[in-house]
Amino acid sequence: MLRVEALDLDHGDARALTGVSIEAPRGEIVAIVGANGAGKTSLIRAIAGMHKPTAGRILFKDVDITGWSSDRVCDLGLGQVAEGRQVFPTLSVRDNLLMGAMVPRARARRVANLERMYAMFSRLRERDRQLAGTLSGGEQQMLAIARCLMSEPELVMFDEPSLGLSPALVLQVLDIIRTLNREGLTCLLVEQNVVASLKLASSAYVLENGVIALAGASADLMADDRVRKAYMGI
Amino acid sequence: MTLALTIEVLIQGLLNGLVYGLMALGLSVIFGVVRVVNFAHGEFAVLAMYTAFMAATYLHLDPFIALAPIAALFFVIGYVLQKTIVAKFIDRPDHQQFILLIGLAIVIVNVMLLVSGPDARHVNLSYAYDAYFLGPVLVDKTRVLAAGGALTVAAALFAFFRFSMTGVAIRACADNPTGAAVVGLDVRRLYALTFGLGLACCGAAGALLVTIADPTPTLAPAFTLLAFTIVIIGGLGSMPGALLGGVVIGVAEALASLVVAPSMKSMVSFGLLVVILVLRPRGLMGRSAS
Repeated sequence: MLRVEALDLDHGDARALTGVSIEAPRGEIVAIVGANGAGKTSLIRAIAGMHKPTAGRILFKDVDITGWSSDRVCDLGLGQVAEGRQVFPTLSVRDNLLMGAMVPRARARRVANLERMYAMFSRLRERDRQLAGTLSGGEQQMLAIARCLMSEPELVMFDEPSLGLSPALVLQVLDIIRTLNREGLTCLLVEQNVVASLKLASSAYVLENGVIALAGASADLMADDRVRKAYMGI
Repeated sequence: MTLALTIEVLIQGLLNGLVYGLMALGLSVIFGVVRVVNFAHGEFAVLAMYTAFMAATYLHLDPFIALAPIAALFFVIGYVLQKTIVAKFIDRPDHQQFILLIGLAIVIVNVMLLVSGPDARHVNLSYAYDAYFLGPVLVDKTRVLAAGGALTVAAALFAFFRFSMTGVAIRACADNPTGAAVVGLDVRRLYALTFGLGLACCGAAGALLVTIADPTPTLAPAFTLLAFTIVIIGGLGSMPGALLGGVVIGVAEALASLVVAPSMKSMVSFGLLVVILVLRPRGLMGRSAS
């Protein structure tokens, strides 16, 4: 469904990604793991159209979206739950959610989708009129996920969805991702929580210094000595 | 100095201030969302005054009627300006943006000089000398109409930002530009709309101002400075703050010219600016950094 081919990305003079190729087949969860600064967020943002790659191609649903602006990418059905949640702090929960449905593909169904999100995340319904900036970290993460789903995406890139959450909430977030995937959503999952994300994903890529160091089925990676030493502390 | 005269001057200042506030509102909206300081703001306002003057002279359009088409024209100018030129400077260092907009300001002033010359232009209105009497207090009709017009335009803008989806999307961009890109908002289009709305405020304010003041090209830099003063006193990025700042400056200047001397009124507004910056650096209604 999503294919990235030999992607290069520069931030000014600094090289962020070199020759990165990944693939996320329809209906699967694919994990990208790696240390801080390995280029995970850069990769996500390049796919989302927020950074312009220097070389390589990005294909989504067999459409070449390389160099597209982020609003067009989003309108094609490629959603993103960004690192740090990126909610709109001075907007109400409702308005935050409605902003997720501004893309043409979902705009007409925004009221129905709002109701669907409130049914899925009852906590958000309780906080309907509250400003997003006053929510707890866990609630903000739920809001970020629900806001993304408002655009009716076919693939969602989750960037560190469990960052800064309590262990109970981390499990809850991962559970939501598993449920969404069962309902047919393709997921690209970037996580520091390597064990959990490998358990969830069918295949995974290890990103090191902007290069794909390892790739394969999650079960194989979990058994790989290098992965165990570097990321699982075993 | 009688009490009636004092009240008259205070009301005059308040009414003028609302019109100034509308102009400053445009500056505040542009800065609050696009994060670009429009150094050509007063120039656009005076350009709108000249437009209203020409509409009145050649098309015999009352400025209060010409307000809507002039605001629409300046909306288009702002939209196109942002989309074609300013957008290319959004990610550049601040000083490059300053040079761009100051350059634009100089061009506008000199075009006005070229076309209309340095003399003040006056719009003749049949009701220019009408007034309302509140007991012994006399209030100019044009000023009441101008202030009413400013409040109406400002209220429409507030309603747009509060209730329309596009208005909320613009607020979302101001709140978190990264988040706006993440959810697929067309940030460049929303910025262009915002710049258009900011200049539409200038256009509307210019049409109103021409009924209470005569435009000259040299008025333009003074208006830019005035808009800055108002916005800083009211609180950068705060929409009600811009109107409040306008009223504060309008009343302060009117009082100063009555109590001290008309030539001292700028000293009072800049003095007020300094006091506000010391006591409340974020302005009267500015939000805190957190």
